[in-house]
Amino acid sequence: MEKVTTDICIVGAGPVGLFAVFEAGLLKMRCHVVDALAAVGGQLTEIYPKKPIYDIPGFPEVLAGDLVKNLQQQIAPFHPTFTLGERVEHLDKQEDGSFIVKTVAGTEIACKVVVIAGGLGSFEPRKPAIENLEGYEGKGVTYMVRDPEEFRDKRVVLAGGGDSALDWTIYLADLCKELTLVHRGTTFRGAPESAEKVLHLAEEGRINLVLKSNVTEVHGEEQLEGVTIEANNEANQVEADYFIPLFGLVPKLGPLENWGLELEKNAIVVNTFDYSTNIPGIFAIGDINTYPGKLKLILCGFHEAALMAQSAYNIIYPDKKFVLKYTTVNGIQELQ
Amino acid sequence: MKDLINIYVEQEDGERITLEAPTDMGLSVMEVLKANEFDVQALCGGMAICATCHVEVLQNEEELPEMSDDEAYMLETLPHATANSRLSCQLRVTPALEGLVVRIMPEAH
Repeated sequence: MEKVTTDICIVGAGPVGLFAVFEAGLLKMRCHVVDALAAVGGQLTEIYPKKPIYDIPGFPEVLAGDLVKNLQQQIAPFHPTFTLGERVEHLDKQEDGSFIVKTVAGTEIACKVVVIAGGLGSFEPRKPAIENLEGYEGKGVTYMVRDPEEFRDKRVVLAGGGDSALDWTIYLADLCKELTLVHRGTTFRGAPESAEKVLHLAEEGRINLVLKSNVTEVHGEEQLEGVTIEANNEANQVEADYFIPLFGLVPKLGPLENWGLELEKNAIVVNTFDYSTNIPGIFAIGDINTYPGKLKLILCGFHEAALMAQSAYNIIYPDKKFVLKYTTVNGIQELQ
Repeated sequence: MKDLINIYVEQEDGERITLEAPTDMGLSVMEVLKANEFDVQALCGGMAICATCHVEVLQNEEELPEMSDDEAYMLETLPHATANSRLSCQLRVTPALEGLVVRIMPEAH
């Protein structure tokens, strides 16, 4: 288990999180950056690396992937450290006002300031609207297959029509005692090969394929015991040990929701003086925050990073007075 | 060509709310819904990756623009999609959309 000590822990390695390293570095504050994704750049790397961006001041046109590369180069003198591929989970506030941020993998980052630059948040499974579904989570209802062996010789109901529903149906077909795939449509637009395999499995009687139907209820005393499958107002109860809805992913704040931050419509409320949150020492910048007049633009996130750094400085160096220094006058002082 | 079209949003009780949408600003239906303060999250801002602007098209005069693979694939994964589902971020406001009636779907909230 890795332990890191730094001045600022930045949650999110998108463009705004990276630029925050620069603004902090100018003020001699060290940064450690954490991201759930395996690469830096956030959406720019994951979703649109080859798309041009036209509203970065000074760049008439820049590819998203190139902007990320440039930012990495720009922050290199400040030697930021990274934990990538790990989602942040817990935040412990220490008695002296500092924090320990913990990731799912157990990495601990001790820091004086936390800057949340989480963009859209992290992608979490989309949950269908079924009454009391959450009450059965961990008791037969799960939204992803972590260890297929868990389902050996069990009765499993899968729901969904995307790639992951098809892939897991194929994988689990021979492992489960009984496997039912419920899909609200009649076609599968995803991978045609997988769709064909699933239809073939159904023809051979190795799975139950229930089309034009939805799972509408979950049942059971303690554990899940069955689900109701509905088609055209006709409902059938099916016995099941496991129900796995696979309806894709949707961006969510995730564990940040439980940190005691003031939230509004999936975004963190901040004070525009310095983009501080309701918790002293925690700031939120970029797409993840909200305030009157908020625009979700990279360039706004850059501005927010600069103002945040000013207040972070006052927390990290309480005895020193903040003085604005121009890079044209002072250049870049590399952090050792 | 006129510069304003009417789009209608059907509420749960069947009432249809009329929205005026300009066709000369390069807006999407999602952006029109948000500008009119409907409960549409549209988290990803129009890249067809989150489906939190999912609508069902109840009525349209002219044929709607064809969907991209990204949009079709995203709709396929949703629990509440129907044959007339669209991601409103992928529908550009053009004169062809005059009279469009949509219903906002649960994934959007």
